[in-house]
Amino acid sequence: MTAMQHDPAYNFAYLDEQTKRMIRRALLKALAIPGYQVPFASREMPMPYGWGTGGVQVTAACLTPGDRLKVIDQGADDTTNAVSIRKFFERTAGVETTEHTAEASVIQTRHRIPEAPLGEGQILVYQVPIPEPLRFLEPRETESRKMHALEEYGLMYVKLYEDIAHNGAISTAYAYPVKVEGRYVMDPSPIPKFDNPKLESGAIQLFGAGREQRIYAIPPYTQVVSLDFEDHPFEPSKADHDCDLCGCGTSYLDEVITDDAGGRMFVCSDTDFCAARQAEGHRGRLSAEDAA
Amino acid sequence: MYVAVKGGERAIDAAHDWLAEERRGDPEVPELSLAQIREQMSLAVNRVMAEGSLYDPELAALAIKQARGDLIEAIFLIRAYRTTLPRIGHSRAVDTGAMRCDRRVSATFKDAPGGQVLGPTFDYTHRLLDFKLAAEGAAPVARQAEPTEAPTPRITEFLNRDGLIQDEAHSDETPADMTRQPMEYPADRALRLQALTRGDEGFVLGMAYSTQRGYGRNHPFVGELRIGAVEVEMEISELGFDICIGEVTLTECETVNQFMGSKTEPAQFTRGYGLVFGQTERKAISMALVDRALRWEELGEENVGAPAQDEEFVLAHSDNIQATGFLEHIKLPHYVDFQSELELVRKMRREAEGSMKEAAE
Amino acid sequence: MRDDALSGGFTDAPVEAARAFRAALEAMACPGSLHEVAGAEAPAPLSTAAAVLLLTLCDGETPLYLAPGHDTQGVRDWIAFQVGAPMVGPSEAMFALGRWDALAPHDAYAIGTAEYPDRSVTLIVEMEELRAEGVRLTGPGIETEAHLSLPETAAFQRNAGRFPLGWDCYFTCEGRLAALPRTTRTEAL
Repeated sequence: MTAMQHDPAYNFAYLDEQTKRMIRRALLKALAIPGYQVPFASREMPMPYGWGTGGVQVTAACLTPGDRLKVIDQGADDTTNAVSIRKFFERTAGVETTEHTAEASVIQTRHRIPEAPLGEGQILVYQVPIPEPLRFLEPRETESRKMHALEEYGLMYVKLYEDIAHNGAISTAYAYPVKVEGRYVMDPSPIPKFDNPKLESGAIQLFGAGREQRIYAIPPYTQVVSLDFEDHPFEPSKADHDCDLCGCGTSYLDEVITDDAGGRMFVCSDTDFCAARQAEGHRGRLSAEDAA
Repeated sequence: MYVAVKGGERAIDAAHDWLAEERRGDPEVPELSLAQIREQMSLAVNRVMAEGSLYDPELAALAIKQARGDLIEAIFLIRAYRTTLPRIGHSRAVDTGAMRCDRRVSATFKDAPGGQVLGPTFDYTHRLLDFKLAAEGAAPVARQAEPTEAPTPRITEFLNRDGLIQDEAHSDETPADMTRQPMEYPADRALRLQALTRGDEGFVLGMAYSTQRGYGRNHPFVGELRIGAVEVEMEISELGFDICIGEVTLTECETVNQFMGSKTEPAQFTRGYGLVFGQTERKAISMALVDRALRWEELGEENVGAPAQDEEFVLAHSDNIQATGFLEHIKLPHYVDFQSELELVRKMRREAEGSMKEAAE
Repeated sequence: MRDDALSGGFTDAPVEAARAFRAALEAMACPGSLHEVAGAEAPAPLSTAAAVLLLTLCDGETPLYLAPGHDTQGVRDWIAFQVGAPMVGPSEAMFALGRWDALAPHDAYAIGTAEYPDRSVTLIVEMEELRAEGVRLTGPGIETEAHLSLPETAAFQRNAGRFPLGWDCYFTCEGRLAALPRTTRTEAL
């Protein structure tokens, strides 16, 4: 039993049961073929395409009344779109929500994987704008589908290699392509490449692209390798600073401009992670020492 | 001391309150009724019904009011509502040959059975602002002719009788439905027509125009354009016969296009087809031109690489709800991605400066 | 077990289906893991778990094959009323239901195409017993290894060898289910 009730004007978790069944069938095939994009008949949601309609449909298809939902955008629980999506599910599914990563059974995210490791019993739902990793090399779906079928990923390696030849480094900083279980090249959604190593996880990872009508998945403990070359190994990078609020030296940081004289500070993008550290007494360069 | 921005929820609520106030405008000015929008903004209502894929003038009027006249926003409201409606059944294909035409013109014949009927068209209005409309009160009354009871046969059927125009194969196959199945390329013609009829008017117009200017030219004439009401019938299996469940106003356009013939077919005219909810003439004609351009393969024509011949390009970009959502999403926070690019550019600049310095030494 | 078609479905479909799906999702994500489901009572020989899967995943859009033994009038009537899935032969089925031997030959089902490997059947295999012991399972979703009382290994090894093509299985016994996707490697001990 949960304390909250969903708005009786809507079906539980908004979607009708037939739509949920269609999405659920796609999710199961996605888990059975890790990294392969399953087409699904994405519905028009009461929020714009490009704002998480794929993730929202996946979350709606997975939620049970006993779930505790966390929604983040850019790592933060309080960004406006995260607030808006959380509110949508509070109203239509009546589920409890939380900001604490460890307490959440379902986490919907845009652009980040939480810093705290996820584990069994947790589901991470990604909002995906362009699910096709080959799209910017070959815009035609008819062509990229053939390339996946034939495991023809030479073009992707050529692109990464040309990057190195021109710039001395691979110029992809986010949505960095990965190969899943040695078969499908997959777009991990626009997470910074810093997050790529966390794609190997004990949690179930589900990816929803509403406008592009695709669902894909990574089961727990699945091999996920970021594409690279022996002489140019993949490097998960971040700003070379510590968090100015909690002092963490290993978390992904947002850069904040603090004045018009070039002043800036760096803070954890994962707001729950940062707040928890501060509560434990960790301090950064710009922490208010008297904060009680 | 830095404090992270909080209070997204309060900001959203406040923004919605402000939006509601702006939508109403000056309270001294009387509020618009849905009936006023439905009756006096009927072409906007028609566009919202056509691209929203839901024939309900009252709801379309409500959407326009709620959207402050932003028609794409109104279409979005209708689409989101439409998705939640249960499918009780399917109608029979409507018979546009039995349309009660308010307007019916052909560019290919000076006259034909059923006649040329101009109907309520802007065509020959001089586009001079009518300042009398700024004053309220006028309710113009048009002269009325005797309605004709005679049927209005389709113009293309006259050509078909002599084998001069390509026959369209009749099929009872249930067409695919892009609102219930994921889009798959290549799409058959029925699916293409569905995508075009709910596609953005401006996009379809631009594509059609590009064919006229030479990007995949296909020499169209409007064989016939007709606007009017048709009955919608549904088979009630319990009763064993069809009943009329209402009527809808449609705009239908059939173009007649040149076709030079191929190795297997003699020279013949071919068709492009447009069918759109409501009085939506520009859209229906545009749709017919784009439909015809997309048929290059089946008609054995050359693909000259024109945008309007490219099925995946046209169909994947014609939906204004998808397009506007994805376009506008770039105003959402992207600072995580931006930060990762910032770091990369800084790193690449440091390395480049290092190697330039080395080279100079 | 019920014998009438009109009862035995979910009483609160949105919530019961949500719970059942979560079990089905976790089962498919973690091959070999056992999950309890409830909420359906169907005519014999349909198990509760199989009936729950049908109610949760199938409808008028999912052609279903009933293998001999499960293809009874009672089961057909119940599915017609509660699920509405059209009945088809093995090769057209999106779901197939029956005992392992009755589902044979196991290469008669859709395994997807190179471009659409998802267009493949999901087998719902009714078991006398279902325990986390026996055949060793490794692969995606399994941290080290898992065990499941599978009826054999040869067919599953052949199926995994066709990856990314192949079918995927649910195993059902009373109110319990487990899953085995095409990615799982099986090894008899």
